[in-house]
Amino acid sequence: MTYMHIGKDFTPPCAEGKITGAARYAEDFKREGMVFARLLTSPVPSGMVRNIDVSEALRMDGVVGILTAEDLPEQARPGIPALSNELTYVGQPILAVAAISEQIAENALERIRMDIERRSFVVDPLDSLVEGGPNAYPEGNVMMRGENGMELRPLKWSRQAVEDFRAGREPAAEFTTEWSYGDLNAAFAEATVIIEEPFVTAGYPHHSLEPRTCMAYWENGRCFFHGSLQSQSAANAPLSRMLGIELDQLVFINETTGGGFGSRIGPYSFMSIAGYLSRKVNRPVQVRITREEEFFIGSARSGMQGWIKVGVKPDGKVAAVDVIIVNDGGSSGSGSGSSSAGAISVSYQPAAMRFRGASVFTNTTPRGAQRGPGQNEMHAILAPVMDKAARQLGMDRVEFRRINAPDHNSLIEANQGPVTSAYMREAIDMGAQMFDWQAKVNQPRRNGSKVIGIGVGEGYHGAGNNGFDGLIRIGPDGRIYLHTGVGNLGTYSYAATVRAAAEVLQCPWENCEIVRANSDRGLPHSSGQGGSNTIFTHTRTNYVAALDAVIKMKEIAAAELGGTVDDYSIDGSRVFKTATPAEGLTYAEAAQRAIALGGKYSGAEYPEDLNDLTKLAVQKIAGTGLVGVSKDNLEKNGTAPGLAIAFAEVELDLDTGKFEIRDYTAVAECGTVVHPKGLSHGMNGGGVWGFGMAGFERHVYDPQNGLPANVGLYQSKPPTFLDVPLAMHTAAVNLPDPQSPFGARGIGEPAMGCAAAAVMSALTDALDGHLFNRTPVTPDMIIEHVAQYTYNNKSLKTNTF
Amino acid sequence: MSVNLRLTRRRFIKGVIYSSAAALSGAGVYLASAQSRPAAAVERLLSINVNGRTRRVDVLPQETLAHTLRYKLELTGTKLGCNRGECGACTVLIDDVTNYACSTLTHSVKQRAVTTIEGLQAADGQLHSVQQAFLDELGPQCGFCTPGQVLATVALLKSNPRPTREEAREALAGNLCRCGAYDHYLNGVMRASGQLS
Repeated sequence: MTYMHIGKDFTPPCAEGKITGAARYAEDFKREGMVFARLLTSPVPSGMVRNIDVSEALRMDGVVGILTAEDLPEQARPGIPALSNELTYVGQPILAVAAISEQIAENALERIRMDIERRSFVVDPLDSLVEGGPNAYPEGNVMMRGENGMELRPLKWSRQAVEDFRAGREPAAEFTTEWSYGDLNAAFAEATVIIEEPFVTAGYPHHSLEPRTCMAYWENGRCFFHGSLQSQSAANAPLSRMLGIELDQLVFINETTGGGFGSRIGPYSFMSIAGYLSRKVNRPVQVRITREEEFFIGSARSGMQGWIKVGVKPDGKVAAVDVIIVNDGGSSGSGSGSSSAGAISVSYQPAAMRFRGASVFTNTTPRGAQRGPGQNEMHAILAPVMDKAARQLGMDRVEFRRINAPDHNSLIEANQGPVTSAYMREAIDMGAQMFDWQAKVNQPRRNGSKVIGIGVGEGYHGAGNNGFDGLIRIGPDGRIYLHTGVGNLGTYSYAATVRAAAEVLQCPWENCEIVRANSDRGLPHSSGQGGSNTIFTHTRTNYVAALDAVIKMKEIAAAELGGTVDDYSIDGSRVFKTATPAEGLTYAEAAQRAIALGGKYSGAEYPEDLNDLTKLAVQKIAGTGLVGVSKDNLEKNGTAPGLAIAFAEVELDLDTGKFEIRDYTAVAECGTVVHPKGLSHGMNGGGVWGFGMAGFERHVYDPQNGLPANVGLYQSKPPTFLDVPLAMHTAAVNLPDPQSPFGARGIGEPAMGCAAAAVMSALTDALDGHLFNRTPVTPDMIIEHVAQYTYNNKSLKTNTF
Repeated sequence: MSVNLRLTRRRFIKGVIYSSAAALSGAGVYLASAQSRPAAAVERLLSINVNGRTRRVDVLPQETLAHTLRYKLELTGTKLGCNRGECGACTVLIDDVTNYACSTLTHSVKQRAVTTIEGLQAADGQLHSVQQAFLDELGPQCGFCTPGQVLATVALLKSNPRPTREEAREALAGNLCRCGAYDHYLNGVMRASGQLS
């Protein structure tokens, strides 16, 4: 289908500001009288602050106030408190000092005296799980369901169970989470190839390039808050609750966000410091954090320690998968084991499957969602495991994936629910052809110390939600004002999705204006923009809002010019009688009539099922034009999957252990392409993230002192220009999803998982099928393997160098 | 245990990076300088050439150029991603050579020409050819590293007007992009150098 806007490139309105330096991030905003806050953070991995003496700091010239945990409402425990006297990781904020300069605030921190009662700590989940091992919290190391709901409790495994688990054997142990489907034993009985492997993946920080900054001030009982989130409107309700105010008392301003990747989906607890401190000292307060602090409080991916058993039938179909995942939940206890297992069920469609897991608290940084949480690291581990199965069957690795690929009839995840659509085989075929898989597999592989590896891997993440609101306004000048609560985090989806409304209205882009970035401008409720969902979710919201506007224009025209709504069409920014096109109204005239008519046409009335934030937005713009507003009540039956396949060629130097990714091709299966350049960004950027997971990025905590060893960017380490292929090739299947008005789904997260998987597959291929079962695969691991020093990948150790 | 310790490594220049109040509060400037001033007297009021204009600015002895640009001259296009020479978001040109402004003392640029991202656009608003190429290729994602990427490209093309893609990525390797927009940036370099139409 040919569209006016969908599938076409355009220049998002924020792009010029980004290349001229005019784009404003949270720290670029100042306010008269603004003071600066600095954080006092925990020097120990576990303990309790018993006494704090701030008197000397408060006496310093320039210090205007101090905020402690006692100044904040009681915070959920365990959790991610903004400030706390209970210390559960190094770098945890204890209190904040506000002063007229950051230097004074920093100096004041050194005048604060406190007593800390140390506690035992743990940085490796298995060291905590083993009987007698320390717990990250006094009450325990996992969340389990108890008499009063989910409770913090100790979970202990016998020494034998931990030893078995470390050695790659199924442990006889207790778990906190379990699900299964199908007859596992019967399915394994049908398998002729059984693969059983242990695995470890490292957690690591998001390291968005913009260190998070907040600035807040209060005027006339309202809080004006400058922040940095992935979504604009997902901030308002939780942030207002966090600050203890009503929804209409919060103005959230967020013009540009310097990267999110899951760490800024919704308001983070740290944000409350600016709000409460500003109210306490009665001045605008800015809290910006350093790169070092971004490591500590900027969230991180959970690590995995696991065991997997895969059974494959003679025809190559995956019969059964049994998987155990112990997540390193850090101090927040967050893990993604169930999502990891769910991803296996999508990409390989096993007839029967079982997942067992536990997310274990450790005294390391809090964990949260990070680009494809669970799914991506699982695919990275899974690719070489499935390659091993294919090799044992004598089957081509691409063909193996093709046989097991999901389609429209597939059932997925724990509940074996349906998908909205899936064209994975088409994606695999397209990618294999683009990459020239057969020729690459058959090429000479060895040149001196260099050896070539060829890999293939999948990515998956649920990629679409529903039930959010859309809002557009046609001004009396005829311009289309596209109100969006989607944030500007770098994907350009805020602009791509409102083009769905322009498409429905058949309106030139030049006649459209995006209204965003400040909740006082009247912005509808939006998703948190986690989970690759924005394109699916918000093309739908914009579609229903624009459709509402079209119907209202037709009603206005019919009332004035006669006939019924069905007699009218739209085109050329006019609503007119289909039979006699000369009879009609311009959009401008229709909007003028709407203002005069009032009621639902002008926004004076609106549907009851709207979110409260959208109702406030409509109230703000009522009477200024024809208002199209609606909740997305369109049908959605099943999971909208984001799927991707990637192919990688690596050249590995057996002398140094270093490898270079020489060629990379990835194909997105994300329904209709809405914004080609945006998709290219998502696929390439996801690819770079995948390379980081496969080869570079990891937490390393010193088990003796609980200190992180790689806080900085150059240690952590996100890939640079020199760590990625010179050119990356991406494409999309571009077939429509039937449950999206324009056929579109999301792709941001699978773009990473397929890249990590393809590189891991290629490394295994280069080393004659050797499985590291660990991410990242570093040069020292490769060298040790080549030198036949058996790299002990079955120890499941974390925090390795 | 009784402690009075901050979880901070020894910072590059302690105290300087935190004196943002200088842009807003005279008291902040005074206190910051009084606490940080070394024994030997150092000239405070400097004239520095930024984007072709001479700017008079009160500079602390150990103040970084990034600090001066962002908080005293309000040239906020220079971004601070790490403030310790790891990311390149603060890249500026000093006599047409790329430098990390977070790791450059303002006092060291007295006799030199500083170009920030704000200095590339013509007075009539026309974009610099590199900016236009980056816009055409939609180089940025989140945009936080983009001013540095643009300036690194401007410097590259002055010394090597038609770089290969390999040369371009070597030249830009000091500029980290967490979004992973490298391919788009390299396309921007190729377009700016007339090698991509």
